[in-house]
Amino acid sequence: MDEADDPPERTGDSTAPTDGPALAVRGLTKRYGDTVALDEVDLAVDDGEFVAVVGPSGCGKSTLLRVLTGLEERFEGRAAVDGVDVRDGGSDAVGMVFQEPRLLAWADVRENVAVGLPADVDPGDPAARDRVDGLIETVGLDGFAESRPGELSGGMAQRVSLARGLAYEPEVLLLDEPFSALDQLTKYEQQDNLLDVWRERGATVALVTHDVEEAAYLADRVVVLGGQPGTVETVVDVEADRPRERTDEALLTARREITDALGV
Amino acid sequence: MATTRETESGDVGAELVGALPDADRFQWLLGLVVPAALVVVWHLLVTTGVFAAHQLPQPLRVVETLYGMAATGELWGHIAITLQRVFFGTLLGVSVGVGFGTITGLYGLAHDLLDPLLQSLKNIPSLAWVPLFLLWFGIGEGAKVLLIAVGAFFPVYLNLSTGISNVSEDLIEVAEVYDLGRFESLRRVVFPAAVPSLLVGIRGGVGLAWMFVVAAELIAASQGIGFLLSDGRVLARPDIIVGSILLFAFFGNLSDLAVKEVEKRAVDW
Ligand SMILES: Nc1ncnc2c1ncn2[C@@H]1O[C@H](COP(=O)(O)OP(=O)(O)OP(=O)(O)O)[C@@H](O)[C@H]1O
Ligand SMILES: [Mg+2]
Repeated sequence: MDEADDPPERTGDSTAPTDGPALAVRGLTKRYGDTVALDEVDLAVDDGEFVAVVGPSGCGKSTLLRVLTGLEERFEGRAAVDGVDVRDGGSDAVGMVFQEPRLLAWADVRENVAVGLPADVDPGDPAARDRVDGLIETVGLDGFAESRPGELSGGMAQRVSLARGLAYEPEVLLLDEPFSALDQLTKYEQQDNLLDVWRERGATVALVTHDVEEAAYLADRVVVLGGQPGTVETVVDVEADRPRERTDEALLTARREITDALGV
Repeated sequence: MATTRETESGDVGAELVGALPDADRFQWLLGLVVPAALVVVWHLLVTTGVFAAHQLPQPLRVVETLYGMAATGELWGHIAITLQRVFFGTLLGVSVGVGFGTITGLYGLAHDLLDPLLQSLKNIPSLAWVPLFLLWFGIGEGAKVLLIAVGAFFPVYLNLSTGISNVSEDLIEVAEVYDLGRFESLRRVVFPAAVPSLLVGIRGGVGLAWMFVVAAELIAASQGIGFLLSDGRVLARPDIIVGSILLFAFFGNLSDLAVKEVEKRAVDW
């Protein structure tokens, strides 16, 4: 966060200078009482890489993101962001878009998005306000800046939550099914917007989804989690060059591989 | 909920009055039908001698008495002093309640230390405090204001404390992930989320303040609506007694409506 005043030129040396992966998970086991949510999960995501995580409902995808954001204190194994253990504040560079919108019911859309602004940005500052309004427009909600969450549809609320995550401008952005409530057209728009943000900012992205097409279109690699407890089933490399067409042959191949791994 | 009620009553109103567009604006008048009928019954019961006039005066007699006292100016002094006591007592009680509620809501240790004590104190009936307060603080204004503050304190404390400690964990996590920091997450998440509980507490507190002012004025006052009440008994004047009760009803309702209005404006989400 101390580096947040020059977000575009992040060099990756903000916390601990490592050339290692941006996200490093080794032997991660997470239990909730008797439920084993994740079992011996290994995962490494390179700096600037876009990884998608797919897997059946309840296999521990959200749990994996929660561990990486530092919201879970107790787990076995290692989880580090930029080489810093998430339990030692390595998670400060991580932003997360939750599976549920989790908006402040009393605050309007603008105020909700401003929650995501980095701590050293004054939300009252005109530049910050412009940025917030810009994000509201990007997620297709211009005209709703003064609406309260109660007046929004489920998909609109989800986009507010997405804009809030983008406002944070994290080095590592975790997204938990951020487009699940959107119609096809809006979904495509927001996917492309996310790709723009990712490319411009050079952020590392991990995105959880149930949409195989989405995973293949967006990601460099797709991690397929399986079973309960969740384990890494396989990792699919998406070979298509960028910018991609949704109809690329290579995407079809990747989609087939992912679907096979999911056992659909 | 307000919306549903409005639509429902709109439907009913439209059926009843034949699609009068603003029929539900007068819906509140329906609430006056039964009280008005009761006043008529009351009047009949007294004039036909079912109740003796020295036990229950005619409704009109009560109005005359109040009007007479208002004309001489005597009434205003009583009303003013009671309102003043309730106001300052509520102010004090709510302030202290906000303080304790916030601290116990935020800090588990403070909660564990204070909550059991306060929970048991809250069950002491208002009248039980009176002799002690008289002994400690004399019969001055201070004792009465403090007594009322005790009443107003508990609902505010209880509601705010649970309101703060029950703020949705989901939202706390949002504050954590976006690094809002302690102060900002209190300012932007925890306190706004607890405002509805606080207002419920204040409403309860104002209600109890009126109960406690009666306790204070019945026993140790030479002025105030509560004093009028006991004076009416001493003078064997049922019209004064009933009049005082009606005054309490009026001002009690008025203050409740006022807080409700604030609640409606502040919690509009
Ligand atoms: N707070 C919790 N307490 C107890 N068990 C939990 C908790 N959170 C998750 N679990 C369990 O952990 C497992 C994984 O949950 P998780 O939310 O990570 O699944 P998911 O892969 O995100 O599923 P979905 O696709 O439906 O969102 C589930 O079996 C769930 O019951
Ligand atoms: Mg999930």
